[in-house]
Amino acid sequence: MDQQTALSLVQAAKYLGAGIATVGVAGAGAGIGILFGQFVNAAIRNPEAAKTQTGNLFVGMALSEATAIFALGIAMLVLFG
Amino acid sequence: MAAGGESPVHQFEVFNLIPIKFGKVDLSFTNSSLWMVIAVAAIVLVMTLGANRRALIPGRLQSLGELGYDFIANLVRENVGSEGKKYFPFIFTLFIFILFCNMLGMIPYSFSVTGQIIVTLALALTVFIGVTIIGIAKNGIGFLRLFAPSGTPVFVLPLLIPIEIISYFVRPVSLSVRLFLNMMVGHTMLQVFAGFVILMGFAGIGPLIFIVVFIGFEFFVAVLQAYIFAILSCLYLHDALHPHH
Repeated sequence: MDQQTALSLVQAAKYLGAGIATVGVAGAGAGIGILFGQFVNAAIRNPEAAKTQTGNLFVGMALSEATAIFALGIAMLVLFG
Repeated sequence: MAAGGESPVHQFEVFNLIPIKFGKVDLSFTNSSLWMVIAVAAIVLVMTLGANRRALIPGRLQSLGELGYDFIANLVRENVGSEGKKYFPFIFTLFIFILFCNMLGMIPYSFSVTGQIIVTLALALTVFIGVTIIGIAKNGIGFLRLFAPSGTPVFVLPLLIPIEIISYFVRPVSLSVRLFLNMMVGHTMLQVFAGFVILMGFAGIGPLIFIVVFIGFEFFVAVLQAYIFAILSCLYLHDALHPHH
């Protein structure tokens, strides 16, 4: 195949790869949802202790979100690298 | 890909402002260095001007400095223990530098210092190597008790110890990549959606509203990632100082 077709093929593969890499973000959505759900559940039972645990909540959210950002980062690397 | 013909990652391009070369070593003053200098200047300004008055009832700027100090002091005391006091300046420097660099990167047309993997890798490696040296210096060979958590059954240890060692060495990678990707992906997404706004013409009001909301989220992420970096450094320090958990 000639140069132009090869380049278009690579570009199409890049778009495809970036789209597939974004599927990994679903895990973080589930994780953060579980985390906040458990927090609200426990906060309703024990509102005073909930105030001391909001720090842990945000740490957990950031760590879970990091996995989503890893997947998104791979997508960006594939698309623009 | 983006409107205007520029790639969305063009904003992360590092270029020389003042070329300084010593033979093969390239020590040029780049736009990345410039924004680091601006961040440090801003930190010094806020902290020294805040501490200038020394009023018993603090004014606004002094409050800001005291809040930052108390926040990190509590963090270090809770997560490292009472002997962590001597590591407070290090953790404070880390937190305030990353916070200001992240925030300055949110200014339009500025440069995101922490959006460079080499910067975050340098910070994370400093923490990792420093914490390992501190752990070995304080505990000697007992530092290796970190890889065998107390209370595990003996037959599980041959499986657990390699896993623990691998997860220990992944720490600088995850620490640096977390901060870098959060900053880079945030800014690149803003750039991509800005391209959509122009491409969609009148219907570009949708992406524009999303951009406004997302910038608010990005400010939150900037503060949160600085806090996460600081608290994880404190936790690693705690592990190194007391490896028998």
